[in-house]
Amino acid sequence: MIDFVGKKHWFFLISGILIVIGIVSLVISQIQFGTPLQLGTDFIGGTSMTLHFSPQVDQEQLRQEFTNLGYPEAMIQGSGDDFLIRIREISFQERQDLIEGVETSLGSEVIVRDYDTVSPHIATETARNALIAVIVAAVAMMLYIVWAFRRMPSPFHWGTCAVIALIHDVLIIVGIFSLLGLLAGVAVDAMFITGLLAVVGYSINNTVVIFDRIRENVSRQIKPDFAATINDSLIETLGRCLNTAMTTLFVLLALFLFGGATIQYFVLVLLLGVIIGTYSSVCISSQLLVVWEKREWRALLPFAKKSA
Amino acid sequence: MRRRSIYLLIFVLVLFGLALWSIVPINTKLLGPDGLRLGLDLKGGSQLLYEANLSMKDPDVTADEAMASVIAKIQRRVDQYGAAEPVIQKLGTERILVQLPGVEDIGEAINLIGKTALLDFREQKFDALGNPVLDDEGNWVFEDEPATAEGRDGQERALTGMYLKRASIDFDTIKGAVVVIEWDSEGEHLFEKITERNLNKPLAIFLDDEMISAPIVHNIITAGTRGIIEGQFTMSDAERLAIQLNSGALDLPLTIIDQRDVDASLGADSIRQSMIAAVIGIILLFLFVLLYYRLPGLMACFALGIYGVLLLAIFNLFSSHITLTLPGIAAAILSLGMAVDANILIFERIKEELRRGRSLGAAIETGFSRAWTAIRDSNITTFIVCFILFWLGGTFGAFMVRGFALTLFIGVALSMFTAIIITRTFLRLIVNSRLVTNPAAFGVKI
Repeated sequence: MIDFVGKKHWFFLISGILIVIGIVSLVISQIQFGTPLQLGTDFIGGTSMTLHFSPQVDQEQLRQEFTNLGYPEAMIQGSGDDFLIRIREISFQERQDLIEGVETSLGSEVIVRDYDTVSPHIATETARNALIAVIVAAVAMMLYIVWAFRRMPSPFHWGTCAVIALIHDVLIIVGIFSLLGLLAGVAVDAMFITGLLAVVGYSINNTVVIFDRIRENVSRQIKPDFAATINDSLIETLGRCLNTAMTTLFVLLALFLFGGATIQYFVLVLLLGVIIGTYSSVCISSQLLVVWEKREWRALLPFAKKSA
Repeated sequence: MRRRSIYLLIFVLVLFGLALWSIVPINTKLLGPDGLRLGLDLKGGSQLLYEANLSMKDPDVTADEAMASVIAKIQRRVDQYGAAEPVIQKLGTERILVQLPGVEDIGEAINLIGKTALLDFREQKFDALGNPVLDDEGNWVFEDEPATAEGRDGQERALTGMYLKRASIDFDTIKGAVVVIEWDSEGEHLFEKITERNLNKPLAIFLDDEMISAPIVHNIITAGTRGIIEGQFTMSDAERLAIQLNSGALDLPLTIIDQRDVDASLGADSIRQSMIAAVIGIILLFLFVLLYYRLPGLMACFALGIYGVLLLAIFNLFSSHITLTLPGIAAAILSLGMAVDANILIFERIKEELRRGRSLGAAIETGFSRAWTAIRDSNITTFIVCFILFWLGGTFGAFMVRGFALTLFIGVALSMFTAIIITRTFLRLIVNSRLVTNPAAFGVKI
């Protein structure tokens, strides 16, 4: 029998390291680019386009060409056979001049596969709405959990632990995308927020199933010790949690590998979310509950325990 | 109990049959013109998001009226342009979303739709001595205000596109493509007076404050005579102008705040790739469920098959309301994974009850009722997220965000139905029929 509750310090340590890496990446990105995450055109405005070249051209050459044509700020990212390019907001005329310019100088025919121009005015509003959506979702989840566990001795504790686990998931995913932004120029867009919220729903889903079992076992009072009851509940629900994660992962992995470039990063958010969400449900949220109920504040630090 | 199960089975089978009937033949119909409504990301096409400047509206009308009029005029322009299945809708109070599936030349669409297209005529400017005013390059200069004349009711009126009866295109061997205009009776009256006053002088034709041409008036254009707008147009320029003049000038100036277009080749790739992904994902899923859960796994696969058919049928039946997008397909595949989740919750519970020594029938009943609270509670959070995303997607015309939210909602709701009604009915019938009595079929060793 695995002692999930007993190993909690290790879980907390692993999560802590992941979160710290993410935060470091956010800070570095903030210092280097002035933004913790590379933001896509949805949020800051500008033009993004996916260009297909036949015959294929070199990425460095393309970057040089964009600079020559007056777009030194162009962010160019290879994506399969295509290039994903982000530049400032341009008009339709500028777009045509740009495409013609690139075609002539590189001697390659261009197909504009996907093109999106967003004015900064609406982008600001979208960014604000996305933030509102995230906050509303967090508050709604919190209220929902408090309501779902209203018959427990301290529903507020349960709700808070579930929300901490959520924040944990979101922080790690945001951290990973900040790293991807630093290393590969990956930008977050409205689909990223969509994926993030879907993950929030999914992660809570797992936590609720486990808490539901804890609620059931506590009321049956099989074991006197809270930690032991929680461990039993975790083990009882483990099969279900892992199997659900597996089935979802199968389909997501298939989508990630074969579903094409358009939604690849969106699927990546979901993929990461399912893994991290399952991990946090099994290894973090219930353990937090034990720490809180037993007031093991001091033991939260893994090395303080040894020296004590 | 047994009778109820049989009724439920009949209900499920009839539903399945109807759903299947509605989507067959899959290949020719579903993705064809009469099948599922595909979003721009799958079909290719353009989307324009306009913002109207409400501060420029006529003070006599309300903002809603002005917007309704603009939308009606855009509708007319798009209809005459001949785009298939266009979507024109108001977002918030001052935004208009225009989707043109299949239209790939977005430049043409931009020129056609968003131009105010206010037509007027302006007279030449003369100095105090009666000589024409010339600019630095020696060109004639025209008045800043539209030419006016006394209307039939004695009021001074500016002659604008408002008095047009009809505009059409014509081809003149000398002047090239021209737009022929016919005035209504008030327009004829005003035009006659203005041409009379400007006989043998140039009269400039302005569209949206820009001069198109300034022909010399050779005759007084009386009632019943057609007017001609010339301006070295290409045929498509003339056609566009005629459409705009016919639809009427927009009541409010519009600016594009978001413009997006997807090449049909990308959409076709996306469909192909996501179909491959779906098939691979589903095969993996079925294998896993079958190997791990055995008999109930098989039941779950049947339930999932029915789930898939029902989902497609819903998309097909409500194709006028639901647009299938790439994230929507992702949501459908994801909800398939989640549909298994409900089944897994139930099966795990049944296994537990079997290990505790209950009979097969009792274990199934207890398993379902115990698992229900978890299924309900865990799906509510997904529903909440779907609502929030649906709102977010609506604020800036993000059809991909909306597509995901809507499909996930439908998928999860349907998955609860499949797990609770369909799988349960199958399992009950099998146990009641005494075909299976060995708990090993449920993956439990006793």
